Amino acid sequence: MIPELGQFSLILAFSLSILLGTVPIIGAETNNFLWMSLARPLSAGVFVFLAIALVLLAYSFVTDDFSVQIVAAQSNSLLPMRYKLTALWGGHEGSFLLWTFMLAGWMLAVSMYSKSMPTQFVARVLGVLGILCVCYILFMLATSNPFERITPLPPADGSDLNTALQDFGFIVHPPTLYMGYVGFSVVFAFAIAALLSGRLDSAWARWSRPWANAAWAILTIGIALGSWWAYYELGWGGWWAWDPVENPPLITWLLGTALIHSLAVTEKRGVFKSWTVLLAILAFAGSLLGTFITRSGLLTSVHAFASDPTRGVFILGILLLTVGGALLLYALRAPLMKSELGFTLVSREIFLLTNNVLLVVSAASIFLGTLFPMVYQALTDDLISIGPPYFNAVFVPLMIILMLFLGVGPMSRWKKTSTEYLVKQVSRVVVVSLMIGVVLPLIILLEFSLAATVCVALASWIVLTIGKDLTNKIANKASVWSGLYALPLSYVGMMLAHTGIAVMLIGAGLTSYFSLERSVLLGPGEKVEIGSYAYIFNGHEEIRGPNYVGNRANISVLKNGNEIETLFPERRIYLATGTPSTEMAIDAGFLRDLFVTLGEQKEGGAWSMTVYVKPFIRWIWLGAIFMALGGIIAAADKRYRLLRRREQENYEKKKAPSDLQVAS
Amino acid sequence: MKLHRKRKLAVILFVATGLSATVGLTLFALGQNMNMFYTPSQVAMGEVEVGRRFRIGGMVKEGSFVSDSDSLKVRFETTDYAHAVPVEYEGILPDLFREGQGIVAEGSVDSQGVFSASKVLAKHDENYMSQEVKAALDASGASTANNSIQNNSER
Repeated sequence: MIPELGQFSLILAFSLSILLGTVPIIGAETNNFLWMSLARPLSAGVFVFLAIALVLLAYSFVTDDFSVQIVAAQSNSLLPMRYKLTALWGGHEGSFLLWTFMLAGWMLAVSMYSKSMPTQFVARVLGVLGILCVCYILFMLATSNPFERITPLPPADGSDLNTALQDFGFIVHPPTLYMGYVGFSVVFAFAIAALLSGRLDSAWARWSRPWANAAWAILTIGIALGSWWAYYELGWGGWWAWDPVENPPLITWLLGTALIHSLAVTEKRGVFKSWTVLLAILAFAGSLLGTFITRSGLLTSVHAFASDPTRGVFILGILLLTVGGALLLYALRAPLMKSELGFTLVSREIFLLTNNVLLVVSAASIFLGTLFPMVYQALTDDLISIGPPYFNAVFVPLMIILMLFLGVGPMSRWKKTSTEYLVKQVSRVVVVSLMIGVVLPLIILLEFSLAATVCVALASWIVLTIGKDLTNKIANKASVWSGLYALPLSYVGMMLAHTGIAVMLIGAGLTSYFSLERSVLLGPGEKVEIGSYAYIFNGHEEIRGPNYVGNRANISVLKNGNEIETLFPERRIYLATGTPSTEMAIDAGFLRDLFVTLGEQKEGGAWSMTVYVKPFIRWIWLGAIFMALGGIIAAADKRYRLLRRREQENYEKKKAPSDLQVAS
Repeated sequence: MKLHRKRKLAVILFVATGLSATVGLTLFALGQNMNMFYTPSQVAMGEVEVGRRFRIGGMVKEGSFVSDSDSLKVRFETTDYAHAVPVEYEGILPDLFREGQGIVAEGSVDSQGVFSASKVLAKHDENYMSQEVKAALDASGASTANNSIQNNSER
């Protein structure tokens, strides 16, 4: 009964979203105030019924209702409660319901925090989001119903949640990633609403900036959580694999990063209008592409769901319909988007343009590498794979150039900056960064390394230019504190996010070049040395958990002969499926991680294991936290709200005559 | 207006140069880093040149897995049920590596026809068969036979 109620609720949400996708948009075109005003209640309705569907599905998981197909496929009566609840998004159908629910959540947020925007604009934004809802729910009802029952004979027990997913990372990573991903739909809807209205001034850019910043910040966290989870769970010690399903979030993130910068130019200077709209469409396309790749089964990846080709065709249909429609509208409205290029070759506009070109090109090259095997196969029938060397060869140089520009960009001025001014500002910073880059790694490593020098010098360059800019900003203020206090939040957000880039660069660069790793076979009492550390295998014991059995090894870690830590890596066998799983043991530290993964016991009683030393790896995720905080702080800037109110007054004033006509 | 046009042209040229340079470099990098995929039959028949890096995908042949007792060396055969290729690997195998399961290995083949792998991948979803393995089995017409084997091994 409960699953049928859930299905019914899903159908109700579908009906309401059809209304939402049509009535307010038509209302906005025909200036029908009543029709426009239906947008908010309809959004709330769609949200409520999707929430009911999600809760009822969760109920089936919690109560072990194995007559529901996905509960039988993804859950098991032995599963701990937290995983029963989250097993909901452990497969295609449930995760798509979560995805759609996230969209409804953003919709509700837009309808609540848009009081200061003109009704007509809000009606169009929510209407566009409603159309997306229609597509997604139709997709669920037609090809992947989460409430599907197994008839007539349901299994006695479920076949268990994939063991690799039974982890804290699985609880937090998918919802966050989806929330960030879907957030770009909001910016997309703002852009489409602006195109529909034909008013492509800086107002729409100002309205969408906080939403773009928020979506970007959440996506940053989502990707970082995925990277962190892969690092400690998959057991190969990597934090980024250029996996075909990791790439679309990164593509979306890069396009989103370009978008938040381009929105700034459009808002402040009224230029790059058409480019910004295009980026909003592309970032949204990136998020749909991610869904398409994961759910179509076209690419081989650890993330791929066991798949059904009709789903791929359906998602491709949604992709073509929404993105194609958006691009068509874009082409029709292109003449409206002319902007005067009132700036010179050395100006903040040009630096931001450079930022955009580099980000979009890197996104495009990742896109190419991800889809190339698919295209190649279609053309030649041969299967190929594109490995990490390709992505590193293309991505790393582009990022180095980007970071060089990142230093000067924020210092430059709109319209025109004199080259002498910039040179005067940064000349000392260049010298100091190079010195730090050469000296600091020498002190720590006791040898010269180009990779470490480049990383440290670039990171110092970023941090020092931020510092320089900050001192310029507060130089004229009465005191340092009053200067800091007077900084706009959006500026503080930018500084934090850019610092995050520097922090992440240190982490990524140093981990990539200076990690140590050794796979060995150790008997009890035996020892392996790696760098300045020694790992001693003290023996193993048998363990038993709620839904698994296994072995736990006891390993002491010594640094320069002193014991600093004991690690307990495990090797588990999950009872429901008999699947083995390794649980690595990590000693996390600010400057290095030490960790061990346990392999298997060989005939002689010795265990195979891999020991690692990973310098600065935590800095990768620390950097992401900085970036996300920056995004959130920038989104919270009061300026947007204040300006929005003024903007709306102007908007209403201009619109007033037509509104009167409707009234009479 | 003329100055304005000039600027616009400069911006467009700037973007176009950047784009074409990267596209060129990207295509070059793609060509350098492409790993072809071969089936065990293709490898057994000597279609791949010795020493070249590529990927091989197939099922781990039942009863072929041998693990060295005093080192991390393992040896097994990967098969598409038409031909089998011996694979050598030194290291820890992924959790889901089992006889009768599909794997993809990356490495090269020597003159004796032994594949030495630098990387072995097994998929994380037991219901999911990688596209490469499926293609290999389809090519040898064994995919249906394999399904029954897989099901048997799970019961």
